[in-house]
Amino acid sequence: MDGSGVMPESILVLTHADETGSLLTKASLEAVAGGKELAARLKAPLAIGVLAADAVSAARKLSSLNARILAVSGEAFAQARYASDAAACEALCKAAQPTVILAPQSSRIARVAAGVAQRIGGTVDTHITSIGGKGGIEASRWFYRQRIEAVITRATRPWLLILESGTHSAFECEEADIPVEPVAVELPQIRTNVTGTRAPAQDAQTIRPDAKMLFVAGAGWTKKQPDGQIHASEAGNLILGFLRRSGASLGSSKSLVDQGCDGQPVLPFLTHMNQVGQTGSTPRHSKGLATCCHGEEPHVVGWRFIGERRAISLDPNCGWAHGKADVVYVADAFKVMAKMNELLSSKS
Amino acid sequence: MPFHIVVCAGVVPDPLQTLQPVMGSAAPALKNEMMLPAVLDPWAASALYEAANLVAKNPGSKLWLVSMGPKAKLQQVMMTIAQKVSFELVAVDSPMGGFADAHDTAGALAEAIGAIPDLDKTRLLLFGGWESASRGAGVTLQIIGERLGITDQFMGVDQIDVREDGSFEVLERVEGGKHQVNVCAGAPAVLGWATGNLPEPRNNPQIGMANMRMVMPTLQKAKPVALTEGGLHYLSATLPGQQRQTRIVKDMDAEAIAQELAEWMGAE
Repeated sequence: MDGSGVMPESILVLTHADETGSLLTKASLEAVAGGKELAARLKAPLAIGVLAADAVSAARKLSSLNARILAVSGEAFAQARYASDAAACEALCKAAQPTVILAPQSSRIARVAAGVAQRIGGTVDTHITSIGGKGGIEASRWFYRQRIEAVITRATRPWLLILESGTHSAFECEEADIPVEPVAVELPQIRTNVTGTRAPAQDAQTIRPDAKMLFVAGAGWTKKQPDGQIHASEAGNLILGFLRRSGASLGSSKSLVDQGCDGQPVLPFLTHMNQVGQTGSTPRHSKGLATCCHGEEPHVVGWRFIGERRAISLDPNCGWAHGKADVVYVADAFKVMAKMNELLSSKS
Repeated sequence: MPFHIVVCAGVVPDPLQTLQPVMGSAAPALKNEMMLPAVLDPWAASALYEAANLVAKNPGSKLWLVSMGPKAKLQQVMMTIAQKVSFELVAVDSPMGGFADAHDTAGALAEAIGAIPDLDKTRLLLFGGWESASRGAGVTLQIIGERLGITDQFMGVDQIDVREDGSFEVLERVEGGKHQVNVCAGAPAVLGWATGNLPEPRNNPQIGMANMRMVMPTLQKAKPVALTEGGLHYLSATLPGQQRQTRIVKDMDAEAIAQELAEWMGAE
């Protein structure tokens, strides 16, 4: 406690390397920027914990940072796995003794964050979209799948705050060697081996988190068209053609993905991984184009973090028209997307 | 390889309902929350269907459904869920809501699981949704796993394939629309499910009648649990105020729309 009876804060940012084992992920560098900003605001000491097969190389991206760098290194940490990652993060936290721990909302950290909080006697809040407050910490996050936004604070420490990607710009500096404090980890028995990654069975990889635009296909693509027939194959070709030419990421409504399970006409490249909304993901792209979907609330929650939104729908009274999209084109998506593909082909 | 599978699944408001937050003295709540129709949490429901499938494929396995919520809501949801797959219910009577602290919730669930008679923890697979449709934090299962001493945990699971020796391959969602492939030596393990690959089973009245014989007495005996704030304080809970001024374009031909969209896509 300081003289005013307030516990002074100290901040640790947990970071990790990408699949190369020697480069920090973009999300980690965003969390570093968040930690730097918070430490400056609270006048708190800052430490960075690096989890990587080659942590010394990974830490080169932090050379200009005025912070203590702690690192867990070794082959055991090349794999993203609960047992080894939780032990490593626990060791980093115990070595730094922080009151506040920031980390990126990556699959690797999300897998272990709560377990680490439990081990160090702390608490955790995930999916944090902003950190504010005057002299304290007030964190924003969404509840009920992006339908209600709340601002929270906690008295208990240590407090882990897992930051959504895109909340800060990635920390940047010249790469250079810097002193790194190695932290020893007592590993438990390792019973899980990571054998690699697998892309879903698709004609092409259609989920592109870094794409500028999200293209969402709704169930209307596989419904009967004005000629009384279903044109699922044509729909698939139009959508894949557009994705190939535009570089957009593909999302889908639950109803369209579920059709595959119910034996109805399907777009064969869609999986549950493409699903956005109440029971799917909430991707972040600067623009989004919805086609053949109705724009009702359970679906639109998946669009919460999409900047500019446009929709193509045959129904002028669909949910998109009620203040959820910027522009709604009342038109046949088959015809519009065919023209779009022609246009994009001629430009390339 | 027989497993003892425990599925943790909460109840949440039907996704089609309009939600309105109201600030209470300790934490926010949903307006008329007890009046809203409830469903089994969608990702946890995927976990339940995958668990039932695993039990069917591995004779001698057992399935428990541990569900926490107000008795009346649990009863309402069980009337539907009990018709889909066979399970033994473990009910924990607690207040409704996604604003409760996950740490307390996990503590209560871990206690309930620890008290299940005949549960063999060496054969335990702890299932649940990787995130709930209420709090959506993705932390409860991990904390329960830690409390039960399980250090093999997988989140965002879409598939499990059990091998003859009891080991299993697990596909976990990672960035970029990919799955990480893990091979685990065997139970115990925690699996937080995403959607999985199975459709929702059709209602089977016979399964429903068999389940409900046990469900009703279990609900009557459900222990009430009081959840504390756990140091969590809410400063506000609001609906997004953002309402867009939608331009509705009715009389433009497909070519002109395509041209306008292409220009919009190209603009910074």
